[in-house]
Amino acid sequence: MKKTIGSKQWHFGPYGGRYVPETLMKALEELTQAYRIFRANKKVQAELRHYLKDYAGRPTPLYEAKRLTEHFGRARIFIKREDLCHTGAHKINNTIAQALLARSLGKKRIVAETGAGQHGVASATAACVFGLDCVVYMGAHDIERQALNVYKMRLLGAKVVPVYSGSQTLKDATNEAIRDWVTTVDSTHYLIGSAVGPHPYPAIVRDFQAVIGRETRTEFLRREKRLPDYLMACVGGGSNAIGFFHAFLKDRKVKIIGIEAAGEGRAGVLHGMKSYLLQNKDGQVQLAHSISAGLDYPSVGPEHSFLKDSARVRYEAVTDREALEGFKLLTQVEGIIPALEPSHAFGYLKKLMPKTRKSQIVAVCLSGRGDKDIHTVQKFLKV
Amino acid sequence: MKNRLLQKMADLKRKKEKAFCAFLTAGYPSLEKTAAYAAGFEQSGVDILELGYPFSDPLADGPTIQFSSQQALDQGIGVERVLKMLAGLRRRGLALPVIFFSYYNPILSYGPARFVKAAVKAGFDGVLVPDLPPEEEAAFGRECRKHGLCRIFLIAPTTARPRAKALAAASEGFIYYVSLRGVTGARSKIPADIHTHLAVLKKTTKKPVLIGFGVSTPQQARDLSGLSHGVIVGSAIVQEIRKAKGRTAPVLNYIRRMVRAVKSR
Repeated sequence: MKKTIGSKQWHFGPYGGRYVPETLMKALEELTQAYRIFRANKKVQAELRHYLKDYAGRPTPLYEAKRLTEHFGRARIFIKREDLCHTGAHKINNTIAQALLARSLGKKRIVAETGAGQHGVASATAACVFGLDCVVYMGAHDIERQALNVYKMRLLGAKVVPVYSGSQTLKDATNEAIRDWVTTVDSTHYLIGSAVGPHPYPAIVRDFQAVIGRETRTEFLRREKRLPDYLMACVGGGSNAIGFFHAFLKDRKVKIIGIEAAGEGRAGVLHGMKSYLLQNKDGQVQLAHSISAGLDYPSVGPEHSFLKDSARVRYEAVTDREALEGFKLLTQVEGIIPALEPSHAFGYLKKLMPKTRKSQIVAVCLSGRGDKDIHTVQKFLKV
Repeated sequence: MKNRLLQKMADLKRKKEKAFCAFLTAGYPSLEKTAAYAAGFEQSGVDILELGYPFSDPLADGPTIQFSSQQALDQGIGVERVLKMLAGLRRRGLALPVIFFSYYNPILSYGPARFVKAAVKAGFDGVLVPDLPPEEEAAFGRECRKHGLCRIFLIAPTTARPRAKALAAASEGFIYYVSLRGVTGARSKIPADIHTHLAVLKKTTKKPVLIGFGVSTPQQARDLSGLSHGVIVGSAIVQEIRKAKGRTAPVLNYIRRMVRAVKSR
């Protein structure tokens, strides 16, 4: 097979790859080629910058959270405000870019999977602004707990298809989106929402989200004349995290922490990639349980698996209860209502902060705002 | 010992006969029933058995096989039990070639090298993993070659010609041609462009080509066998099993009708 395709660049160490049915191989190859051209095309890149700036609201602020800093009395805490992006989360960075990419592939229809619904809303929004048909697959269980986002997607003209198979969450929505894509591959682009899936998706989504880290790095150097000591972001599939971390990976002095909801499993293959995967002893995928629909994904982007093995990034788990504490803390101390996913990162602060010094800086990525989760949180937090 | 699949394909070629490959989900409705169907299939003239090992996330499969897989998993099936079942059938004289079908994760979890050895020992002749292209897991491919487990690759309507050539060269026993863009499952219509694709494929390789995905009626089986070296039927059989509610006879009746249709070409 070496003659037709060189496979080396498909992987992050032993992870990643292209574990997909043959029907999709051509589309993935076309996507790889189209992406290469997309990146080199100055006109398209200028168009992307225009949409990110004037439509999505970039650059997003880097906010020094002085009250939160006082609360712990240790390192200064900075928050990268992805919650201020149009549609309320970092997901829009990727969907606008991929919609432009779909256009350059000549595809008029996009399919997407969604867990919390943020990627679904961002996909529906991008489809709207570029005149594409949009179908979003969503687990029936998630449809119930994220009703507001379902309504938003439908308002924006997307078709939301409930998925009743398996655990009825993000994992199963992803299966169904891939099944749709296998059937409609000639006319449809699969707009994957996280840095997961078969090559080239993990690299494409990372590149489209890397703007988060680039802005953060530039802003620290401009304002503080230095880099932060700690970077922290929540990891489900891991798109906000890889986007936040990427510009800092070579800055060896910056300690990087990814916060997960569930355990990490062992190397496995799901959704076209090899990565850490929650599974039973027979290799059947196990369900990840989390209060946040965006984090209960049984695997993680392959680059995260690679970064974990290489020890460049440390991954820590946070419970539902700790996440709710993080949610409450940011809301009550800073007046910012976070989504439940980044609440996990804020929930970890009480463990991290005592180890820091006043001269240090901690930067947290606030990947999205909490409107979508109010209904869930109401059940747990009394006011 | 000679590989039963290679032997079978050579026999069919000599006799100028078309092949009928039948699929079963291991453990649906129970492992005992699967064994009974397998033996019945052989007696009913099935040439090759494709035994599907259930996976929790079968993303190339439609609702029918998703359902049978989930049912089998709910009963707590494992690789060892399936291997034991086939070894038992072999001891009782089952001679038809059997292909292990599954997604890659259960194999990876079992240990690829350990799996290949155990599968061959239990009596498997080939392996078909829809989410494992030849570019990935070179070590697994080496183990299969070392122990004489045929690897069957799929070629799709979207596969470009140079790639189809490489896949055909890597495929052993036969080539699995996917009739349509989509997941497994019975369809009322066979895509119109299949003639063109198969004509191109036949110019690319001399290896036998079997057509699968969407084949359910004797008429479709007859028509597609006319264009190729035989057909593979999966979801339609699982549906018959589901309808039969534990009885064997109605399923075997269907199988015999399909075999007759295929062999009439």
